[in-house]
Amino acid sequence: MTTSLRGEQVASMISAFAHEAVAGHNEGSVWVGAESWPAVARQLHDRPETDFKYLSSISAVDYIDHFEVVYHLVSLRHNHGAVVKIRCGEGRSDPVIPSCMPVWRGAELQEREAYDLMGVRFEGHPNLKRVMLWEGFPGHPHRKDFLR
Amino acid sequence: MTLRTEPVTINIGPHHPSTHGVFRLRVTFDGEVIVDAEPVFGYLHRGTEKLAEERTYVQFVTLTDRMDYVASMTNNQGWVLAVEKLAGITPSPRGVWLRMISAELQRIASHLVAIGFFLQDLGAFATPLMYTMRERERILDLFEILCGARITYSYMRPGGVFQDAPQEFWPRLDTFLKEMPHYVDEYERLISGNEIVLVRTKGIGKVPADTLINASASGPILRAAGVDWDLRKKDPYEFYDRVKFDLPLAKESDNFARYIVRIQEMRESLKIVTHCKEQIEPGPVRPKEVPFLVRPPRGDAYAHIEAPKGELGYYVVSDGSIAPYRCHVRAPSFINLTLLRDMLVGWKVADMIVTFGSIDINMGEVDR
Repeated sequence: MTTSLRGEQVASMISAFAHEAVAGHNEGSVWVGAESWPAVARQLHDRPETDFKYLSSISAVDYIDHFEVVYHLVSLRHNHGAVVKIRCGEGRSDPVIPSCMPVWRGAELQEREAYDLMGVRFEGHPNLKRVMLWEGFPGHPHRKDFLR
Repeated sequence: MTLRTEPVTINIGPHHPSTHGVFRLRVTFDGEVIVDAEPVFGYLHRGTEKLAEERTYVQFVTLTDRMDYVASMTNNQGWVLAVEKLAGITPSPRGVWLRMISAELQRIASHLVAIGFFLQDLGAFATPLMYTMRERERILDLFEILCGARITYSYMRPGGVFQDAPQEFWPRLDTFLKEMPHYVDEYERLISGNEIVLVRTKGIGKVPADTLINASASGPILRAAGVDWDLRKKDPYEFYDRVKFDLPLAKESDNFARYIVRIQEMRESLKIVTHCKEQIEPGPVRPKEVPFLVRPPRGDAYAHIEAPKGELGYYVVSDGSIAPYRCHVRAPSFINLTLLRDMLVGWKVADMIVTFGSIDINMGEVDR
């Protein structure tokens, strides 16, 4: 059975090497500051005690006053999983967070998808262009601006 | 005198018979050798995730059918598991067994399609496809008895399934379970030792296991590289911890390994269905107290299952109303395409179609 690490467990693991990275945690997940995400991602991937070699899924959520990107990470060796959430600043004008493609290549298409449909810009992605819609489509349709 | 050559960029698709739907591949060739490949898709994008926000949790079951339309049962299953996790619903045991039986039958049907079209792409025109479609038809007949539909089942509901299997389902299932292993033997006799198939698939489209893990590949592709990772074993959902089955693995990580893993998975799925049939007990198929309009508390949940094509995940956010606030689908076919370029570069035009067939994608799921 894949053990879901609790938010505070992951937080204590992260704060061992990047104390300022953790923005908060609850039962299921841990919030990481956007600016420290590349370093934290690299450590979560490399460190033997976390060993998150597998990036399961990237989801972007529009919470009206801010955007959030959710990473589901899995370690195939320890069979444990964690949920990392990143808040993309305040407001809706230009949500931007660093790309984690240097660490997990599996982020390539998923980040493009989040950019296309939710408008979150992933800084450092080598080929950040639309994936589902055509270039020139006005807006990002999974945002809450698009109502019935 | 030297011959002047230059690379040529060609579009394969979106309306090409071998692209399994509306998929476009922009390939750059140097003579017959592939030097670059870029998948282009989105032609079947219907905004399913956005549509979820305007539907109740039960209504969205019908839309999950339309994502991976050759494996609708497992799509249903992933969704209802996510809703159950979010709303804290305990499903009825009989409903769970029925869901497992239908999910495993669906896995066989999906692998039959995968193998049939894989060989079709290889140039074994129509014959293997006719054979595999013949058996898939029998599974569809079983599903028709279960729920009345043949492609878009919408059979599952949060808490179980919407109706019990009718009496005539069980003898038909028994016959199928008795005969199917012989059909799998027949494919193996026809295909697995075939010299042309071996020459065309062995050693082609290889990707090392750590690259696959790093690129989030899942399903038979990952297991064909010897990575022992199947969510049914590693993170058992439903009652998968109560059934016995083996995990087929291969080491080569080439097109043939992916084919052979799928063949063996069909045999294992038959075992699982047999175990489920032995353990199923009478009772309600869905708890009475589960309301039609599910109102999960505020929060989020991620449920993942081992779909025929890989890890299918649903991330659902609830704001306490009758419709999800946000639903994101982790589609296995979509993410498995990340490595398409690595599999293709250096090989020839003819291998391109075969390698693409071996990944087994479904455009309904890629584009959503």
